Amino acid sequence: MRRISAALVAAALVTGCSAGTSSAPQTREVTLVTHDSFTVKEGLFDEFKQATGITVKPIASGDAGELTNKLVLTKANPLGDVAFGVDSTFASRALAEGVFAEYSSPEAAKGAQRYQVDGTNRLHAVDVGDVCLNIDPAKLGGAEPASYEDLTDPKFKDKLVVENPATSSPGLAFLLGTIAKFGENGWQEYWGKLKANGVKVVSGWEEAYNQEFSATKGTRPIVVSYASSPSAEGGKTKAVLGTCYRQVEYAGVLTGAKNSADAQKVLDFLLGEKFQAQVAEQMYVYPSREGVALPESWAKDAPLPTNPQSLPADKVKDNREAWVEQWRELVLG
Amino acid sequence: MARAGAGLRSPGGLVTARTGWSAAALLPLAFLGLFFAWPVLAIVSLGLREGGVTSALVAGETWELVGFTLGQAAASTVVAVLAGLPVAFVLARCRIRGLGLVRAAVMVPFVLPTVVVGLAFRTFWPDGGVLPIVLANAFFNVAVVARTVGGLWAHTDRRAEDAARALGASRPRAFLSVVLPALAPAVGSAAAVVFLFCATSFGVVLVLGGSRYRTLETEIYLRTVELFDLSGAAALSLVQFAAVVAVLVLGALARRRRETALSLRGREELARRPSDGEWYVVGAAAVVVVALLAPVAGLVTRSLSTRDGWSFAGYAALATRGDRGTLAVTGIDAALNSVRTAFDATAVALVVGVFSAVVLVGLRRSGGRFAEVLDTALMLPLGVSAVTVGFGYLVTMDALPGDFRTSPLLVPLAQALVVTPLIVRMVLPVLRAVDERLRQAAATLGASPARVWREVDLPLVGRSLVAAAGFGYVVALGEFGATSFLARPESPTLPIVIARLMSRPGELNSQMAYAACALLMVVTVGCVLLIERLRVPSSGEF
Repeated sequence: MRRISAALVAAALVTGCSAGTSSAPQTREVTLVTHDSFTVKEGLFDEFKQATGITVKPIASGDAGELTNKLVLTKANPLGDVAFGVDSTFASRALAEGVFAEYSSPEAAKGAQRYQVDGTNRLHAVDVGDVCLNIDPAKLGGAEPASYEDLTDPKFKDKLVVENPATSSPGLAFLLGTIAKFGENGWQEYWGKLKANGVKVVSGWEEAYNQEFSATKGTRPIVVSYASSPSAEGGKTKAVLGTCYRQVEYAGVLTGAKNSADAQKVLDFLLGEKFQAQVAEQMYVYPSREGVALPESWAKDAPLPTNPQSLPADKVKDNREAWVEQWRELVLG
Repeated sequence: MARAGAGLRSPGGLVTARTGWSAAALLPLAFLGLFFAWPVLAIVSLGLREGGVTSALVAGETWELVGFTLGQAAASTVVAVLAGLPVAFVLARCRIRGLGLVRAAVMVPFVLPTVVVGLAFRTFWPDGGVLPIVLANAFFNVAVVARTVGGLWAHTDRRAEDAARALGASRPRAFLSVVLPALAPAVGSAAAVVFLFCATSFGVVLVLGGSRYRTLETEIYLRTVELFDLSGAAALSLVQFAAVVAVLVLGALARRRRETALSLRGREELARRPSDGEWYVVGAAAVVVVALLAPVAGLVTRSLSTRDGWSFAGYAALATRGDRGTLAVTGIDAALNSVRTAFDATAVALVVGVFSAVVLVGLRRSGGRFAEVLDTALMLPLGVSAVTVGFGYLVTMDALPGDFRTSPLLVPLAQALVVTPLIVRMVLPVLRAVDERLRQAAATLGASPARVWREVDLPLVGRSLVAAAGFGYVVALGEFGATSFLARPESPTLPIVIARLMSRPGELNSQMAYAACALLMVVTVGCVLLIERLRVPSSGEF
């Protein structure tokens, strides 16, 4: 048993080393560093390879925050050539650290530029996703909230569950939405009212949605989730479009990419028609490109919110920690 | 015993032996240095260079975190030891039908993803709290106690206990004054491992602590991953490291005092049907097993029930990539990845772990003072945050040939770091208990040291080795922390797939997540049963 194991380890080490040294320059391979939620329609990258000769190799690297931090840590010797998944909350940090290189993609003018962070063409919007309240109409008996203010109404007492903004990205987005809505001086008062009205706080989306939300297993009919979530629930739930906060997910060519020219082609592909057409189905987000049709069930159950809240990336970067700390004291303290 | 053995050799031979063992110790140390110390030191020093560490150290909040971290870990360890001992007794001493299944069943909690167990506990404690955190941590670790203590207990001679009884000692008295001291090294080993697991448990605290209870581990994660406050994370890592080392040193001191040579015997010879009072212990063990299986049964029920009634849809979905291709591979492929990766990890850990245990015993016998240092160093990976190790890999492993940061070997190697200490802790008590006189007799008859090891030590510890391998395998199967930082998207393991499915809306995805949990449990039980059958036939004669 032990001898077999040792032999296997030795074999594995040998193949590992040989794989490492055989990365010949002729192979046109582009490493795409992504967040964990990245998925792509089967065969799409194969089509891309047939058309361009470029092999795309995705590497998942945590959620948006983890990904950004990993990119910053490895900027001297990046993990790949292109990165996708840095979102509007973390974009400022990535730009300040010089993680991304400038590149004007010809595809960016087709809609992605609507969401650009600054004028430097380093980050390109690939998709947008909105964090909104989701409700379970069956359990609300006709009384449905339509705005942030409605949640403080006594008829929604003990009905809302939110995620902790310190440990959850939708939780943070919801907090930022209330800050955008009520201003830096008004949000604390609003959260005081939510607390008085029995808001429940859990640490992550999984608990909130799978355990507390009445449409799944819990008892609370209002939950912080995504605008797209109802499309997965067959019309049983609804997003409250007056309570949305927009998150944009960006991609860019990494500074110090080993294969810059091909990396730019991959970026064009991410912004192009074919890739954009499948982001809704694959990642539960909305394409950044204009004129891309949403899946049928989305048009009915999960339309893109028209007037979401948002905050400038710089402001989020500078105040995030303080806001979360104040929120912690106010709501949990 | 070690000292008596040493006295028989010439002083010159002793020094040679000491030098030899010290040199051999370099191999496990090199492994630790390359895949643990280097990355951890690199990332911590990056944080230290940014400054501001002292301010984090003097903050009152930090010490509250330390207090809660150590407190909940200590409480969880006590619960796990109390619950694990009766199970260890039954596994080691009793001849009852279906014992193999019990042995496999107690391993199941160990592989379950923490987020799933956290959610299961939340159904009983909807608001979380300290009690569910302690119970959930203990839930995961009963197997460590049952296995580690059971491993030694199964081979300790019954005659001393019988003699005490014959001399009039009551059963509890005989247990406390004869059996327990003999088991103490294994209990200490198990407690140390459980304590480290609990002190660094992450998912359980996050899910069940809600937002009120935080530990050093969750705070290190937040500061590293979400806030990118590397100096704060470095400060907390240093505190965690100091606390872990303190606990390990205390544990090593406790072990040293209790070390004894025991006459080891085969389990078949020692196991018998429980008699009168022992049935109470069997009853207690049964209660523990039922308590362990209750959340497991809950998960299985959950995997079968939908809003519209019972359904196998989640299980059918295991052959797919999830609702609308949520996953990069099918559930079945992920299970195969898990089986393969865990095999590699166990192989590495067995080589390093057994080698280390042998070196540790050799160092001890030759009077080397280095032994405790090596022993403690081997345990450290259990006490350092997975996020620290994971981020450390990012800033160091590109210096290895072929940019090791993205190598498929990184996952099994990182898992091996977690598994190796367990193997050492399980094998070492048994190896140390081997009576030196047997070895001396063999040496006197002309056997070389290698031959002594092969003819004396190996047969005596063979079964513990198999048990340790099985345990390590299961740990690797369920490992999530390091794996989630390093796994490549095209080859995720089952725990990674479960976490991903849980984070997506849609009933089919959560059905499939629970079905994947059930699959993970089936794979675990299957592997344990299989490994139990692989007992080395030649070690039957003790």
